Amino acid sequence: MTDLRADNITVTAGAMSLVKGVSFTVGAGEFVAMLGPNGAGKTTLIRAALGLQKPAAGAAFIGGDNAGTLSALKRARRAAYLPQTRPLAWPSRVIDIVALGRFAHGANLGRLSKSDRAAVMTAIEACDLAHLKDRNADTLSGGELARVHCARAFAAGAPLLIADEPVAALDPRHQFSVMDLIKAYVAAGGGALVVLHDIALAAQYADRLIWMKDGRIIADGAPKDTLSEKRLADIYAVKATVTHNTVRIHGAL
Amino acid sequence: MRADLPLNLVLILAAVAALFAACLLGSTPMPVGRVFAAMLGQGSSGDATVIWQIRLPRALAGFLVGAALGASGAALQGLLRNPLAEPGVLGVSACAVLGATFTLYYGLTAISPWALPIGAIIGALIATALIALAAIRTRSVVTLILIGVGLSSFAGAAMSLLMNFAPNPFTLSDMVNWMLGSVSNRSFNEISFAAPFMAAGLAILFFSRRGLSALTLGEEAASGIGLNLKNQRILTVLGAGLATGAAVSLAGAIGFVGIVAPHVIRPLVKYDPARSLVPSALLAGLFLVLADIGVRVAPTQTELKLGVVAAIIGAPAFIWIAMQRRGGHD
Repeated sequence: MTDLRADNITVTAGAMSLVKGVSFTVGAGEFVAMLGPNGAGKTTLIRAALGLQKPAAGAAFIGGDNAGTLSALKRARRAAYLPQTRPLAWPSRVIDIVALGRFAHGANLGRLSKSDRAAVMTAIEACDLAHLKDRNADTLSGGELARVHCARAFAAGAPLLIADEPVAALDPRHQFSVMDLIKAYVAAGGGALVVLHDIALAAQYADRLIWMKDGRIIADGAPKDTLSEKRLADIYAVKATVTHNTVRIHGAL
Repeated sequence: MRADLPLNLVLILAAVAALFAACLLGSTPMPVGRVFAAMLGQGSSGDATVIWQIRLPRALAGFLVGAALGASGAALQGLLRNPLAEPGVLGVSACAVLGATFTLYYGLTAISPWALPIGAIIGALIATALIALAAIRTRSVVTLILIGVGLSSFAGAAMSLLMNFAPNPFTLSDMVNWMLGSVSNRSFNEISFAAPFMAAGLAILFFSRRGLSALTLGEEAASGIGLNLKNQRILTVLGAGLATGAAVSLAGAIGFVGIVAPHVIRPLVKYDPARSLVPSALLAGLFLVLADIGVRVAPTQTELKLGVVAAIIGAPAFIWIAMQRRGGHD
């Protein structure tokens, strides 16, 4: 089984420690949400876990192999990564952007193999993009573009998905539709690690919540065990009411 | 490539037609029959000389130079994710000219005919590598262009310095010719010294083109989908440096063709930088063959320089493309 395992990772930038000795795992069929305030080190941690950033200490393993020595191609086949910023250099067609998800399988745009094409079309259908597939990216709305990027990640057919704020700047309906897509991916056996800022959304969808603050994991467990008013005060410095899995935030502390 | 076959075929046919037209036209136009006869080695020896020694090598040099610059432009635009990237704009051509002039000035060309192309290529590689290094540090398109302006100015200043110290008027006029850019009086011999480097550069660009598609998503996502960024940078820099250097060693500095051709091609290949490479090379080659025909038949007292004509047409196009860019990207 392909899993993602971070083992005592420390990442430094100059004299600053951005991530301080952090360990976690994400396994198959698991929906894990990573929560924490801005600057908690979430993005740095997942980049290190993917081997995109060299940790000062510790190591990350993807499917048992050290992420730092895994080739970009092998890593991409095991873990699809959706970064926080997703700048598109050209107004490419939707179908071509999604097809880039097959890059690690050797896909060439404009002449996809049968299996690549099947994976691309499945991802396009799943993300409800069939009617947009020949449109150019610069004609899409923010919500549509977010689904295109999700489709790109799903098209890879990788057993792991690491998404950094996939629903940022989306309206509620599109937030739910993207989360539903990830949930379906997990139900089909994938393992997902998703950075979120919407605590209620995370609690509703995730099997496990990883709470980060100041470069450390403060808590790691099921929403019912780790989501509490005290936790929100600790992590985010907000005053909130938590009943079961619903969260109401009243204001800053 | 399969999807772009019709486009490439049309461009190849047009290029062949243009090369043939370049043999027909000139100060003394030659009828089609005599050109064919001369090409097949059957015409008069005078005709054969005109075709094989003068017109064909010159037209072919124009095509090769254009193809090298077009492919380099398309590849650099893909790497830097920027439609304004081009060997000329980024100062790569100017540095190649400096390298070439350097070998002229110190008489290295007398030692070996390879000195000039190698000098030009070293200049081009240094400039391309600097640009690529800068591109790692900054994401701003404007900064990159400014660095290119800086490189161009520096190379220009160094050129002026060499011209300043030129030992005699002949060397000086030689240098000026390099700066202006031209394919007049090129022979198959000169082409044969530039061709290996050009072929190597174009081959590197061609075989590494797939990574340019990946970079459409930005560097972070590109490495996420399996692109080895470092290798891609090295290959594109090396390929563009070799091709541009070889082009400059053949024709001097010819600007803007590497920007205009990919710009025209991009919508035709659905904005995929990988797919734009081959048609951009063909179109840029075609452009230069046509422009050179124009230069030759234009009724001017002294022949216009190809580089000058390319800049007169290309620079306004560059400004137009720059103005098309929407704000907020930088």
